[in-house]
Amino acid sequence: MSAAAPGTTKPVHGDVAAKKKKGPGALATAYLVIYNVVMTAGWLVIAVGLVRAYLARGSYHGLYYSIEKPLKFFQTGAILEILHCAVGIVPSSVVLTGFQVMSRVFLTWAVTHSVREVQSEDSVLLFVTAWTITEIIRYSFYTFSLLNHLPYLIKWARYTFFFALYPMGVTGELLTIYAALPYVQKTGLYSVTLPNKYNFSFDYHSFLILIMISYIPLFPQLYFHMIRQRKKVLGHVEDYSKVE
Amino acid sequence: MKHYEVEILDAKTKDKLCFLDKVEPNATIGEIKSMFHKSHPQWYPARQSIRLDPKGKSLKDEDVLQHLPVGTTATFYFRDLGAQISWVTVFLTEYTGPLVLYLMFYFRVPFIYAPKYDFTTSKHWVVHLACMCHSFHFVKRLLETLFVHRFSHGTMPLRNIFKNCTYYWGFAAWMAYYINHPLYTPPIYGEQQIRLALILFLFCQIGNFSIHIALRNLRPPGSKTRKIPYPTKNPFTWIFLLVSCPNYTYELGSWLGFTLMTQCLPVAFFTLVGFIQMTVWAKGKHRSYLKEFRDYPPLRSPILPFIL
Repeated sequence: MSAAAPGTTKPVHGDVAAKKKKGPGALATAYLVIYNVVMTAGWLVIAVGLVRAYLARGSYHGLYYSIEKPLKFFQTGAILEILHCAVGIVPSSVVLTGFQVMSRVFLTWAVTHSVREVQSEDSVLLFVTAWTITEIIRYSFYTFSLLNHLPYLIKWARYTFFFALYPMGVTGELLTIYAALPYVQKTGLYSVTLPNKYNFSFDYHSFLILIMISYIPLFPQLYFHMIRQRKKVLGHVEDYSKVE
Repeated sequence: MKHYEVEILDAKTKDKLCFLDKVEPNATIGEIKSMFHKSHPQWYPARQSIRLDPKGKSLKDEDVLQHLPVGTTATFYFRDLGAQISWVTVFLTEYTGPLVLYLMFYFRVPFIYAPKYDFTTSKHWVVHLACMCHSFHFVKRLLETLFVHRFSHGTMPLRNIFKNCTYYWGFAAWMAYYINHPLYTPPIYGEQQIRLALILFLFCQIGNFSIHIALRNLRPPGSKTRKIPYPTKNPFTWIFLLVSCPNYTYELGSWLGFTLMTQCLPVAFFTLVGFIQMTVWAKGKHRSYLKEFRDYPPLRSPILPFIL
């Protein structure tokens, strides 16, 4: 999914219960600030890379190749966020964060990287753009929150841009998976057939279709969760603008 | 004898839901739940959670009114646990599914495999053996549910039956599909492997049953008492010296045996997932034993001797 992990908004809600919880220590905070700054920078690099490549080529086509390496590096790097939750320095659900990160990693490696033929599709640009804008805002949001100096603009952006970015990202992702289907079926990519000594089979083509279907129940849930978070966070502007 | 007055408030809204006067001091929470049920017929006792504090722990049915820290006008808080279903019903449903489903795959009922294989039988004798073992295992579970187990909680939330059945039925179908498949490949090491696997499986089935009997005998009929289990004359129970929940240990062993017997990756996955869940349960049970009994044997591990 293209939106950021909903659970990770907890440090900045400012409700009393969350503030009284044992937060990360000074060392962990320093580390997290560095982590979030690096990630913000990384996704900025991707954003700049996309713009420069567009200006150089004069077309939207095939921009994936100009940012392929930093995209893989920084999106995969997000796996660390699962560790942060597991260790406890970030008060979010390991399961929720794990799910969000792994779905991104899946799209990056198991679909886009693995099926060469979809790399030139415009749908890839669609989700990469959505992810890039989302992540720049999200990681700068965390950076500022950790430093206890969150500009309202960033908070507003985080809880408003998703209205468009979320559907944009989901559309790009679904179209990309759909484009990959015929190639996966033809080549039997990542598939295992019977007979074999482990008495196991796996059809990647069917699996991808199941993934696409799973967006139907999952996307609305995550989308409405963000809408509810927005009401909570932006709804009480007077209480929060100074508290952060 | 001084009577108590009991008022029951909603834990969330603090609304007064029920007022009972002239309650005997030796009335139990269970009896109070029955009285509450009379005034609110939709909340049968099994779905009532009665507490002293809105956010506190549920009181037990056996707790006696006069032994609770309340005045002669006792205030309790009520929370609706939601629709409940009996453990027996859940167990019977979740175990009958795998029994029936596996047999459907074994007999190659139409629409599972290619039509030319409908109602044919596998040419590998290990497939027949596996069917017998799998069926035996679930028949044993059903009979234990009906005649052996003594449940401390009568009910669980209704939604659990959907979750549990999806797990058991789903995995059973997945395993059965491959074991009974026309393209099934028998174990690499043939007869040796199958024999070893069968011995392990049977040993652990007997072991698991022995533990269930031992646990049943700890508890007199109709009671909910908890006691430390100890080894009995039955050698299969001597594992209690090293493990708190040997029923889970033996269950793991049975499924390892079945995995070895069928050499089927989905069976290995099922064994792994089951092991993870049983470990969580065993650790919880072990912790409760330690909390409840000061003299709990220190040598014991939750599920795997010395390891886990």
